Amino acid sequence: MFSNFDFEVIVRSLPYLFYTGMAFTLLLTALATIIGIIVGTMLALMRLSGTTLLTLPATAYVNLMRSVPFVLMIFWFYFLVPYIGQWITFSVQPVKVGAFASCLVTFTLFEAAFFCEIMRAGIQSIPRGQVAAAQALGMTYPAVMGYVVLPQAFRNMVPVLLTQTIVLFQDTSLVYVISVTDFLGAASKVAQRDGRLVEMYTFAACVYFVISFAASRAAQVLQRRLAVIR
Amino acid sequence: MSGMIDIAGLSKWYGPTQVLKDCTTAVAKGEVVVVCGPSGSGKSTLIKCVNGLEPFQKGDVSVDGIPVSDPKTDLPRLRARIGMVFQHFELFPHLSVMRNLTLPQIKVLRRGAEEAKQKGMRLLERVGLSAHAGKFPGELSGGQQQRVAIARALAMDPIAMLFDEPTSALDPEMIQEVLDVMVALAKDGMTMIVVTHEMGFARKVAHRVVFMDNGEIIEDAPTADFFGKPRSERAQLFLSRILQH
Repeated sequence: MFSNFDFEVIVRSLPYLFYTGMAFTLLLTALATIIGIIVGTMLALMRLSGTTLLTLPATAYVNLMRSVPFVLMIFWFYFLVPYIGQWITFSVQPVKVGAFASCLVTFTLFEAAFFCEIMRAGIQSIPRGQVAAAQALGMTYPAVMGYVVLPQAFRNMVPVLLTQTIVLFQDTSLVYVISVTDFLGAASKVAQRDGRLVEMYTFAACVYFVISFAASRAAQVLQRRLAVIR
Repeated sequence: MSGMIDIAGLSKWYGPTQVLKDCTTAVAKGEVVVVCGPSGSGKSTLIKCVNGLEPFQKGDVSVDGIPVSDPKTDLPRLRARIGMVFQHFELFPHLSVMRNLTLPQIKVLRRGAEEAKQKGMRLLERVGLSAHAGKFPGELSGGQQQRVAIARALAMDPIAMLFDEPTSALDPEMIQEVLDVMVALAKDGMTMIVVTHEMGFARKVAHRVVFMDNGEIIEDAPTADFFGKPRSERAQLFLSRILQH
């Protein structure tokens, strides 16, 4: 039954699929995760600060991001960011941002909202006594957070953070809406060009599965190694 | 007002509930004071006011002449000079025993890594745990963890030590090893406030006993007087309940 299929097309297009497509997918995933966790942690600290001036904007931001479809965000940012750039820099024309930068900004800002909620739960899972002990030793707020609370919160949340990253990895395929070529986009182009839709989409699905599955197993192993003995 | 720790007219409310009522006492340099009383009487809250872990609404607390509630006071700096030991140890579980001892020295007192390590090792020897320096807190027994916690507090060269029910979370067979460390510390002349139900410890090393009930200091007497003939009925009742076995 496979006589009608041409799996050669996959081999022929491998360099394009991986060097162009997958490279973009992984780079976007990695950068959005790293920056997203940093921004998300800051948002979480704002939400937990107890100061309305900080809590309110952070809460509003998180709720806004979580209430808007992601595809809409990608679209909206792609068309809006050049105008925001123009407004900030007082230039005559909209600033040229480029598709990659636009994607990175969108993914980072969007993921930051989710990472914020994960880190907030992680910080709240640390017993108050730990904070009291750190304060009693004379540590200031940044030291308490930096050396005592966040390292423990981060370890506790590694599995959830990685699960979110795997979701992000799959979500990167949404960049097709602004015609950016990620892994799925590359597979799709080859499929259309050579008329090999079944082969290419099956292959793409397998690759996404293998990477996501391997990553979630790795997350489990990592969790066991990082787990804090109590 | 010449004590190491002065507490004057201290009152504290949680919402409408008053948890400390006009508490006044003082601890001189080198003095060991045991605070006892029924649970919920405000003992822990009282000593947490001493290093500003608990804010209070009325009265004054000062340590070495520095007012704790004064907004101009550098609270972290003052806390660094007051050691505190908690009921649940509160060692940092993600750090090794040695790192628990060196981190505050390095980050708060700005000591060099080598100096902090030597100091940490000396204190671990003092509490009899130098063989466990590389372990993590979760690998130690409760008694050992509490001794590490005492060593961690001592590594900061405190001018006074606060103990918040240091043996309450321990299995009975581990209580003695912690008390031994505390007795040795008291005999070395450390200024100490100890919230505890260990009346044997109080008898042995305390200079004074403060008895609290319902957020009030009911009795504040030299140890011999307190155990000999407590003046208040509530203290008598408390002692008869706690000492009958």
